[in-house]
Amino acid sequence: MRKHISWCFALAAFVAIAVLLPITPVMAADYPSKPLNYIVCFNPGGETDITARIQEPALKKYYKEGVVISYKIGGGGSVGWAELVKSKPDGYTLAGDNLPHIILQPMLRGNAGYKTLDIKQVYMFESTPNILVVRSDSPYKTLKDFIAAAKAKPGTLTLGGSGSSTANDLGTIMLNKAAGIKTVYIPFTGSGPVVPALLGGHVTGLMTYSTMAVQQREKFRPLAIMSEERMSVLPDVPTFKELGYDLVEGAYRGVAAPPGTPDDVVAKAAAIYEKVMQDPDVIKKMDENGFKIERMGPAASTELVKKRMVLYKEMMLEMGLLKK
Amino acid sequence: MPYVEQGETTLLEHLWLGLQNVVMVHNLLLIVAGTVSGMIMGALPGLTATMAVALLVPFTYAMNPASGLALLGAIYMGCVYGGAFSAILINTPGTPSSIGTTFDGYPMARQGRGEEAIVGATVGSAIGGIFGVIALIFLAPPLADIALRFGPAEYFWVGVFGLTIISSLSAGSFLKGVVGAMFGILVSTIGIAPIGGDVRFTFGSPAMQGGVDLIVILIGMFCIPEVLTIVSKGIGGHTAVEYKRTKGVLWETTKKVLVQRANLLRSCIIGTFIGILPGAGGNIANLVAYNEARRASKTPEKFGTGHLEGVVATETANNAVVGGGIIPLVTLGIPGAPPDAVIYGVLMMQGLRPGPELFAERADITYTFMLALGVSALVMVPIGIYGGRLLTRFVAKLPVRYLVPGIGILTIIGSYAIRNNFTDVILMLGFGVVGYALRILGFQAAPIVLGLILGPIMETGLVQAYLTGQGYSWPWLALFINPISWILIGMSILSFAWPYFGSLKQMFQKPEGLGSGNGE
Repeated sequence: MRKHISWCFALAAFVAIAVLLPITPVMAADYPSKPLNYIVCFNPGGETDITARIQEPALKKYYKEGVVISYKIGGGGSVGWAELVKSKPDGYTLAGDNLPHIILQPMLRGNAGYKTLDIKQVYMFESTPNILVVRSDSPYKTLKDFIAAAKAKPGTLTLGGSGSSTANDLGTIMLNKAAGIKTVYIPFTGSGPVVPALLGGHVTGLMTYSTMAVQQREKFRPLAIMSEERMSVLPDVPTFKELGYDLVEGAYRGVAAPPGTPDDVVAKAAAIYEKVMQDPDVIKKMDENGFKIERMGPAASTELVKKRMVLYKEMMLEMGLLKK
Repeated sequence: MPYVEQGETTLLEHLWLGLQNVVMVHNLLLIVAGTVSGMIMGALPGLTATMAVALLVPFTYAMNPASGLALLGAIYMGCVYGGAFSAILINTPGTPSSIGTTFDGYPMARQGRGEEAIVGATVGSAIGGIFGVIALIFLAPPLADIALRFGPAEYFWVGVFGLTIISSLSAGSFLKGVVGAMFGILVSTIGIAPIGGDVRFTFGSPAMQGGVDLIVILIGMFCIPEVLTIVSKGIGGHTAVEYKRTKGVLWETTKKVLVQRANLLRSCIIGTFIGILPGAGGNIANLVAYNEARRASKTPEKFGTGHLEGVVATETANNAVVGGGIIPLVTLGIPGAPPDAVIYGVLMMQGLRPGPELFAERADITYTFMLALGVSALVMVPIGIYGGRLLTRFVAKLPVRYLVPGIGILTIIGSYAIRNNFTDVILMLGFGVVGYALRILGFQAAPIVLGLILGPIMETGLVQAYLTGQGYSWPWLALFINPISWILIGMSILSFAWPYFGSLKQMFQKPEGLGSGNGE
């Protein structure tokens, strides 16, 4: 009889603890009171990693308990984002996220492990506009030359870029359509490999990110950039818009939280990132390296994502890449 | 290029400055600390050089750039070397660059010659490391230019050439080696296609989108079958590795290694060259060096049974990759191997743009970094030999009933640590069981791993080459245009047909006592 009672007691205690433990409420008032786990979904040394490293010292000022940058690599970011949507929504697990990746992957892959709108946007802090570059010793000196050559020899000019279904890929598709030309897009596994491909003459040019053009400014000649206005770090590079082609496209990078993270916690995290992106040291490093600073809070970035979802769906249907 | 135009004197001046910097006490301490940490992380299966370097990046923020880079370089060099320890003692490559060291290193350990293997690996690693650094300091620009000539088609043929190594790796049946390699290539297709982004073989699970990681297969297919074999032979007093205390093994082995001049030189060159090819990844350098050592040897049948030359070849090559991989990094701003990408990030963070500017404007930092790599290679020798001796004794004396669970825990932690992904642990165990079954059937793990490494390289190169060929009358022409492709194709044919040259020769040599013969 005694054994029976002590078992019941133990079981009751166990159930009580098990039920009460997860109910510790997420208090926005004392956020942040724990370390931040900042997940990078791409390889170390890539744009996302470099951005995180640039932000790290400033973030540590606000996340006083510490900032841990961890990697969850694979599937072009999808493995990391699939993990994110299953993580605890307490605001201490955030992941770097990228457009157009988070839109195109679920759209084109069937099951990418997450849904675009499940990823709760916290802050969109940078973009790297697409830029069309050729080698400095290339015969093409302006965009006009390039397009003329492409028209004369359709299908022979090749443009290298980072990955499939990425901003570089889309940029090439959009350029082909707008200029009525046929260039062949050659995907490379990341932005790194495109540089030796162009330097060695294995591709005619690159549709790459602004950061690469800045890094290799001695060896590359940028022809045009897909941003609204010229970038201060590349003052001599005309925009496609100036040259008559309404093309604005690039990769956006930001930070996002799991679905179900309370709005006030998200707002606090966004406020911290806003302050980080005002840090003069961060601004300097981002500019130097060719990143375009954006400052979009949760509402603005969710708007951006939704608008892009509509735009890309149309494009994909038109291209026949989406079967429906 | 500005670098080449500087006169000889300036180069020496820079070297002298760099040397003075490097021997400053705090830098030397950092190099030693970095080398030791690197060795430990390299010896643990599951921790790669890339991860080791990435883990320590935050520590470098507080240091001046030269010291920070010296630390990272030392970790990298130490890590590549450290992989030999677990390869030799528990038949599991601590890093993929030591896969080949298991072929002869582990048999040597089982025969009680573990110390000999470790000394051989140490001396080889130091020599390879220093050779890579010398190439970096004096030959960087011309080597970088050669690296640029390798385009998608060339990478495909490098992959094909890599596959011809199978004959060396399949002790016994060549056919089983080929099947193993094909299986490895098939497994490498799991996940997202590198070109085109197709989702392949994920069986609906998003976690499989990342594909099967190389380290997972390494741990699974090298370690688990070994553990299961030990267990199946019965627990009892049996120890996995023997240790016979032999006096003077250090000097004797060192002499034996230094005598292998051809082997050392050839492996150094192979390692440095493969290191400069961004995208080849240094992981195949040790396997190519092993294959070439075997082909050039007068006693090829000894390879795989515990032949010191095998260990020396692999370890020399993989450390030469370190210096080689940094060549494209500092001359062109392109990382040669994955750890270089992390170093690249650090350089960018410090405001140093990798490229000719780095040499011209911040020569002090650049040369300090390069010399630090060389110093690290030297530092490895005393630490490695002493530590290696202790480690060998420890593993040899450890009874199996502690060793096996210990290794088991290591494998689980290691496979989890790669991508913080529990799926990897399950895959590792799954492949471990598969590997054990395959081993019983006579299939070696090495060809499978080779297929896994080369699959993505070949696929990417092939598809990219096809795409660039869209403008030609026949797209596949792109694979045959570049002279470098012809050289690689020739090398592949030679390498593939080599074993048959032996029997061809025999056909022409008539045995004594037979009449005149059969000219064919």
